[in-house]
Amino acid sequence: MSTWDRFAETFFNAKVMHRYLPDILSGVVVTIELALLVVVTGIGAGLALALLRSLGIRPLNWLIIGVVDLFRSLPPLVVIVLIYFGLPSAGLAPSGFVSTWLSLAFVLMAFSEEIFWAGITSVDRGQWEAARSTGLSFGQTLMNVVLPQAFRLAIPPLTNRTIAITKGTALGTVVAVTEILGQASSAMSNSYNPSPLMMGAAAYLVLFLPVVVAARFIETRFAWKR
Amino acid sequence: MVCALQAVAGLGPRRPRRAYGFMNGPMVDARAVHKHFGALHVLKGVDLRVAERELVFVIGPSGSGKSTLLRCLNRLEEPSSGSVVVDGIDILDPRTDINHARQRIGMVFQSFNLYPHMTALGNVTLALRLVAGKSRGEAEALGRAALERVGLADRAGHTPGQLSGGQQQRVAIARAIALEPRVMLFDEPTSALDPELVGSVLEVMRALRESGMTMIVVSHEMGFARNAADRVVFMDAGAIVEEGPPVAIFERPAHERTRAFIGQIQRH
Repeated sequence: MSTWDRFAETFFNAKVMHRYLPDILSGVVVTIELALLVVVTGIGAGLALALLRSLGIRPLNWLIIGVVDLFRSLPPLVVIVLIYFGLPSAGLAPSGFVSTWLSLAFVLMAFSEEIFWAGITSVDRGQWEAARSTGLSFGQTLMNVVLPQAFRLAIPPLTNRTIAITKGTALGTVVAVTEILGQASSAMSNSYNPSPLMMGAAAYLVLFLPVVVAARFIETRFAWKR
Repeated sequence: MVCALQAVAGLGPRRPRRAYGFMNGPMVDARAVHKHFGALHVLKGVDLRVAERELVFVIGPSGSGKSTLLRCLNRLEEPSSGSVVVDGIDILDPRTDINHARQRIGMVFQSFNLYPHMTALGNVTLALRLVAGKSRGEAEALGRAALERVGLADRAGHTPGQLSGGQQQRVAIARAIALEPRVMLFDEPTSALDPELVGSVLEVMRALRESGMTMIVVSHEMGFARNAADRVVFMDAGAIVEEGPPVAIFERPAHERTRAFIGQIQRH
């Protein structure tokens, strides 16, 4: 047996792969569900917080900054564990799936709030003045003039953050979420072979490469003609 | 114009209401306007009255408060005290719907401030749709007419990045006049332009002046002031030092500070 054959036997074992493919696929479905939920709620909540912050109500802003700084500093794993093992003492018993979703959504909310806020504040003051001088209200100016420009600035850092945090769905393993990595590692220990892990890696590539490509597409769409 | 000026100054016979659309007084009536930025006293009790159809030039060294004064007239800056009445509307009254009032007060900025993510037409129609409540079709018709007035009908689909500075400033003028304001405020409209592009903007301003628009212009375009202005106001250190017809201010300034300033800008 050549070295290459041994390598293939170990990492790309057809029999093992065939046997655990259904498990990995069900893991893919769970990861997609979790990722979509995290992205939609996390970015949505982050945008909502950034908009609230733009109102400039001081006590509210302190609260927002406090929450955001907290979730930006804590490792997502700690948040998952706190929610999963901590909330039952408050009478709530979220599943591993819900705990992972909430934790990652909070973390993404915190980062995306900061990214949106940075985008909003970097839009030139003159844009506000021009819009307000034509009679647009604060809200109309924010929605029609400032946010479209803020989005354009926010998209590259937001994509990076979103991908990094959605890959954190793998942390769900510790609270028994059967997503890709969870399925792959249990298949690996059952079969004494790392091939399922390679399948898991392939699944992540298949999932996230389109996201990266889509992000590039959005970036070019939001860049205005010069 | 003379009659209007007399009416402003409280001289001459009182004109009947609505004569020449001249209602209860001057188009712009700012009294004792003070503005503090923290410890800085930027405006020290400025009075400015501008009659309908009048073109007033405001000149003065940088930091003299002329831009701040202009921005107090549409409440982009909130004066610390004083009163501002434009077209009979008390701009500083908290009960005044300022967004509604601002439709009547067009403003043009030194840095154009066009919306970079919209076409020229999009820039002009935004407030028509959102503030004046026009349908998309109506807004576009009015927007095209406004672009036509500034000579840029063929640039409606261009974004600001595709336009020269002079063209951008003309789109900004179109954006303001599309709302049919009663008065136009110009804050150094040509200062950011390359010299060869200044002319096209001044030409649009001259046409606007000929159409009877009331205009307040902060600018150092002396040639334009000489030809077009009814009155020149010289400000220094937050107060109006002197005012009068362009010829008087430029050729026979009464105050030493005015003389020094005029001498400086004419040397360049």
